[in-house]
Amino acid sequence: MSTRTRAWGRTGQYLALLGYLAFLAFPFLWLISTAFKSPRELGSLHPTWIPRHPTLDNFRQGFDEQPLLHAGLNSLVAAVSAAVIAVLIATPMAYVMARHRGRLAAAATGWVVISQAFPFVLLIIPLFLVLKDLHAINSVGGLVMVYVVWSLPFALWMLNGYVRAVPAELEEAAAVDGAGRLRTLVSVTAPLLAPGIVATALFAFITAWNEFFFALVLLKTPEKQTLPVVLTHFLGAEGVADLGPLAAAAFLATLPSLVIFAVIQRRITGGMLTGAVKS
Amino acid sequence: MRKDEQGPHTGLLSVAAALVLLLSLLTGCSGGSSDAQGVVRLRFQSLAWQKESVDATKALVEEWNATHPAVQVQYVQGSWDTVHDQLLTAFEGGEAPDVIHDASDDLADFAYGGYLADLSGLLPPRLKADIPARSWQTTTFGKGVYGVPFLQEPRVLIANAKILKASGVRIATPERPWTWAEFRQVTKKLSGNGKYGVAWPLKEPVSVTLNLGLSAGGRLFTRDGEGRAKVEFTAGDAVVPDTVNAQVNTDRSAARTTLGMGGSDTLPGFFGGKYAMVPLGFSYRQQIVQQAPPGFEWTVLPAPAGSAGLDQGVSPQTLSVARDSPHKKEAAEFVDFLLGPANMVRLAKGDWMLPTGTEALKDPALGTVEDGWATGAALAPHLRSAPAQSVRGYPEWKDKVATPALQEYYSGAIDAAELKKRLVEDGNRVLARYRR
Repeated sequence: MSTRTRAWGRTGQYLALLGYLAFLAFPFLWLISTAFKSPRELGSLHPTWIPRHPTLDNFRQGFDEQPLLHAGLNSLVAAVSAAVIAVLIATPMAYVMARHRGRLAAAATGWVVISQAFPFVLLIIPLFLVLKDLHAINSVGGLVMVYVVWSLPFALWMLNGYVRAVPAELEEAAAVDGAGRLRTLVSVTAPLLAPGIVATALFAFITAWNEFFFALVLLKTPEKQTLPVVLTHFLGAEGVADLGPLAAAAFLATLPSLVIFAVIQRRITGGMLTGAVKS
Repeated sequence: MRKDEQGPHTGLLSVAAALVLLLSLLTGCSGGSSDAQGVVRLRFQSLAWQKESVDATKALVEEWNATHPAVQVQYVQGSWDTVHDQLLTAFEGGEAPDVIHDASDDLADFAYGGYLADLSGLLPPRLKADIPARSWQTTTFGKGVYGVPFLQEPRVLIANAKILKASGVRIATPERPWTWAEFRQVTKKLSGNGKYGVAWPLKEPVSVTLNLGLSAGGRLFTRDGEGRAKVEFTAGDAVVPDTVNAQVNTDRSAARTTLGMGGSDTLPGFFGGKYAMVPLGFSYRQQIVQQAPPGFEWTVLPAPAGSAGLDQGVSPQTLSVARDSPHKKEAAEFVDFLLGPANMVRLAKGDWMLPTGTEALKDPALGTVEDGWATGAALAPHLRSAPAQSVRGYPEWKDKVATPALQEYYSGAIDAAELKKRLVEDGNRVLARYRR
């Protein structure tokens, strides 16, 4: 292949990537643009990307009308708790499933696959009744339980792959050097698993942070409601919406996920590279 | 080195312990109404969502709580978008709010399912007499009354006043509305040069078609001797679909692009002068006041009339009481307080809708010409129960049969005979399943 053909190919790849990125970014950029527009500008026949008269009124109105901060705090507690607990449970399970392949591991893998096949609409009423018996309705704790159970199968699946990617020979080498099982896990396996744990925690966090239907059904009182539920309060009948404040609140709701992702992104990438070099 | 070895291990344990503690605290925080000190506590789930209506509703709850120390009401905000699923789960789990805000077309399943209290014996004579029988009909299922209808909105034509004046067409009024044929002629006259006489936002075409169809004597649903519903497509039922189809496909006086839009989506084109009129719910006036460019002149006209005059179907907003509520009497008293004439006016103004109460409708604030209130008030006597709302199986008929059939007809993909065949034959097959 000539250098010129390669250059064209590379240019095409970058253009395709750029198009894909633009496709992904479009809704978010439009959301930001909407959040800073006045109602009058939102009704314009010729909308612009950059607001002609940027305003913070939508943010002010959003905070005035709905308890966004409190709801955000509820979401944060639920999402962080669910992510940490899911990872705490899934990590040792994934390790056992990956390292001790037997009937139990096969059965557990089957359970993970099957559990993903049930739509939550099917589960919601039985789940509601179970949580009611546990006196966990209208509590963020009850919601965390649901989120942990909900994200656990996929977290397990993800971590299983990461554990398998860590060569068993490293653990054997540590054992030869005299390290016990616990020491091996803590000093050898855990650091290599860190990127996987972080990625899994991020997945569990985002799942819980964005989750709407369980929160809608399980939380009864306003002071317990999470951010996705409160966002629907900007919606009226027949799809009518208070678009400006809704966009402002939705924009704020995306920030924690973006910030957390930006902060830990390097760790995930770094970990992947480390693994690549070792293999 | 030693620190590195122990750090993650002890760290994880600490986090786990903290979380278990946190979870137990959070779980222990589970709420629920209580009767401590003999105070009755009611939960009122409101679907008010615009600032003015939320403020009005919250203020009324505060007034009630201040004057009724023995019956305290907690305001809980719900959402129109999700109310059906949320209530269904809450009813099944025995955790529904005591007082429930909803719309009459969403009540049938809950009423027939035994989730709502029959209010016939709970409401005071004042409230019963204040709301006309045609409105009570919207919340009567079988022999019971399962909600109090309190706010309603007719569909009106919101028009660009300057374009209308410049065209020289006769302006429709509630006393002398346009006929459907006249409406078609007017929209034709207002069209041309990339502009359209009307923009029909028909993302949800079924309720618009059925409700406006009442004006031409359309009913679409009839009942046999045993009260079982079936679909019949008469000449009256064809008037509205045929008018829209002709405007879009023959006259080109209705914009094809708005057929898939919601009401709000048509407003930029309306403000920009692209559409002379938009048929919208009465409450859209608030968005127009908020979003219209300075100097934009608009007016509210009645929807066209047919053989049945200005009649049209509505599904009013309702207040119901959960059957499982241990305090039905107190809940009904609270509903009566909320819907006293003066309070009903406050709620109506907050939502930019019409009250159902005859006393509230007499309020001068709702009869003013400004923002089209007077036109709406003049339409109030013509508002009837939406034809389909008590028909079992209507939601499935609407989603699986009527919505795609009407969308295809309006876009010109199928003809009138095919529309009729689908609505009637396919429709009756769906309804038959609910008769078993």
